[in-house]
Amino acid sequence: DMAELLKIKSEAEDFQSEYFYRNSQAEEKRQKENQAATQIQSWFRACKVRAYFSHLHKKAVIIQKIWRGFTARARFRQMVKAAYFIMKMNFYEEMAVRIQRRWRGFFVRKYIHNFYARKSYLEGLFRKNELVRRELDELEELQKRERDCLEMVKEQTAKVYQAYRLHHLLSTKQCPGVFNSPFRSAPHEMEQLLRQVKYQAPTRLAPGGRACLLGMPGPAAPSFSGTLGSPWIKTTQTRCSSRPILPPIGSKKQQVRW
Amino acid sequence: MSQRHIIQVFEQYQKSRMQFVQTVADLASRPQNIEMLQNAGVMSMLRPLMLDVVPSIQQTAALALGRLADHSDDLAEAVVKEDILPQLVHSLASQNRFYKKAAAFVLRAVAKHSPELSQAVVACGGVDALVLCLEEFDPGVKEAAAWALGFIARHNALLSQSVVDAGAVPLLVLCLLEPEMALKRIAASTLSDISKHTPELAQTVVDCGAIAHLAQMILNPDAKLKRQVFSALSQISKHSVSLAEMVIEAEIFPAAVACLRDPDEYVRKNVTTLMREVVKHTPELSQVIVNCGGMAAVIDYLGNCRGNLRLPAIMMLGYVAAHSENLAMAVILSKGVPQLALCLSEESEHHIKAATAWSIGQIGHHTPEHAKAVATAHLLPKLLELYMDANSSEDLQAKSKKALKSVLQKCTYLPGLEPLLYDVPSNILKHVVCQFSKVLPHDSKARRLFVTSGGLKKLQEIEAEPGSLLQEHINAINSCFPEEIVRYYSPGYSEVLLERLENYQPA
Repeated sequence: DMAELLKIKSEAEDFQSEYFYRNSQAEEKRQKENQAATQIQSWFRACKVRAYFSHLHKKAVIIQKIWRGFTARARFRQMVKAAYFIMKMNFYEEMAVRIQRRWRGFFVRKYIHNFYARKSYLEGLFRKNELVRRELDELEELQKRERDCLEMVKEQTAKVYQAYRLHHLLSTKQCPGVFNSPFRSAPHEMEQLLRQVKYQAPTRLAPGGRACLLGMPGPAAPSFSGTLGSPWIKTTQTRCSSRPILPPIGSKKQQVRW
Repeated sequence: MSQRHIIQVFEQYQKSRMQFVQTVADLASRPQNIEMLQNAGVMSMLRPLMLDVVPSIQQTAALALGRLADHSDDLAEAVVKEDILPQLVHSLASQNRFYKKAAAFVLRAVAKHSPELSQAVVACGGVDALVLCLEEFDPGVKEAAAWALGFIARHNALLSQSVVDAGAVPLLVLCLLEPEMALKRIAASTLSDISKHTPELAQTVVDCGAIAHLAQMILNPDAKLKRQVFSALSQISKHSVSLAEMVIEAEIFPAAVACLRDPDEYVRKNVTTLMREVVKHTPELSQVIVNCGGMAAVIDYLGNCRGNLRLPAIMMLGYVAAHSENLAMAVILSKGVPQLALCLSEESEHHIKAATAWSIGQIGHHTPEHAKAVATAHLLPKLLELYMDANSSEDLQAKSKKALKSVLQKCTYLPGLEPLLYDVPSNILKHVVCQFSKVLPHDSKARRLFVTSGGLKKLQEIEAEPGSLLQEHINAINSCFPEEIVRYYSPGYSEVLLERLENYQPA
């Protein structure tokens, strides 16, 4: 009884101290145990999460794999189409280049630098030049002849006029004239002209009113047209005037000489 | 009695005035008397006589004044200073035709000397009065008025503009249609003087329909008229392409070519001037002229004339050849190059030679064919000679150098190039050698010819700075030949051989 009480008391004390000791121990270890528990729990949670992630990861990889394969195949198909298209276009372009080359060569050779056209043009030009030269020569010749003709007509008219003014120098039977010198073999041409000139006494009528045709053989005029406008030359033919010309009143009898 | 006496006094005075004026007019027609007349103070004497009551005295006084002013510009200035012009102009409107002719003659005589005097005539209203005269019936008055307007318009563009502003041009074109030859000539010459200054004036003349009338007169036999007509057409067409095209559309060309054989040399010169002015604008216009055979005619013309008359024809050939190589080939085919060579040798004036050198350059610079044509006419040594000659003017030297260079750059005709290896300055030599280096690598016959004619020898003697273009060309040529030949022709080879001979030990 007492001993049991003492034992119980000491046990109670021991129990208290044990209890206190165990509490204090537990208190001390609480931190560590708590930490350890936290660590274990976190590790476990981490494992859980990792397992979850790895699961997700694997699934994501699968999805991405499938998707990438799909996209890549689509792109590849597209690339194949594009490559085919490009090949076709290259072919067409090459053919177009061939056509254009031929066409351009043809066009340039026919319309722009036509060799044969140029050759024939230059030949034509050469012939045209020759033609023009010849025609110009002929024209010049013609004009020159006309001018010479006019000159000669003028000269002849002047000579005839002179002979008309010098009619008094005509040689007579008694006295040879100035132009009919005995020392000459034949009379001077002025002498011939003088013999042919018909003297007209100056009348008030203009001598241009008398239309006289002339058949005079010009002594030095081979290519004469033969129509001198001079009214002073005698005619071998009868005067063919449109109206009869009356002799002037009171004129002396005219001397007609051959 | 005394009334008759008084009237007699007046009649005597009038007779003596008339006599004085007529004698002065006769004296003034001879140049030696004018000095003395001027010293005697004839100007101040004539001035009151121009206001005389009697019309014939007025006319004769005006005629005398005109002859005096015609002769020298001091007298013309005296006419202006004495204020005779305003009263002349004033009375131009009212008097009869002889007075108008004499007054127009005075205005012409004053205006012809210098632009200032013409300006004085314009300032006192002379132009309007003259244009009024152009509306008269009498052809003599119209001729005098047109002549005076022509002399006024000749000096510069401003005066021409004042003539045109007074409305002279339509009246002048009407004068062209009159039957009198002198009037036509003067009208054509006045139109030519008006249109020569600026394109606007030429356009005004064209707008009045002048071209058609001028074109009709081309076939007229009168030589002086043709001179003026062609001169007018060339002054119109020189300004712009459109004016030249209008002149061409009047279809003058086959007919104008015929006028190139006219006996009058100025007609021919004016035809070639017209052709030159038309040709210089565009290739199409040149084509028109070439197609109607103008080339042949111009080249024959060049053969027939001498001196300054050749210049427009030479320039025309140059302009035609400059447009395209087709046209240049046409010039060559029409035997233009030998003719130009003749011109170059016969003419002595430097400006004509310079023009010829320029034309030759224009012909030869298109293709090797053209350059060959130039080279076969032996023109390259001639051009070189002109370039090197110390007496040549600078213009001639510059043009012949340019022509030579441009022809050389296309020339592949080696026999023509050979004479140019000797005695040439290095700037020409490098072109010659360059041409050789282009041709020789490809043509074996040319190589043979080059060696046998001594060209290779000459080439070796040329000293060129190493690294220069000339040296490169020389190397290129040397590489066309086997080494022994090159060494054989190099200078000093005989010494080298002799040295080898001396050192040689027979084995």
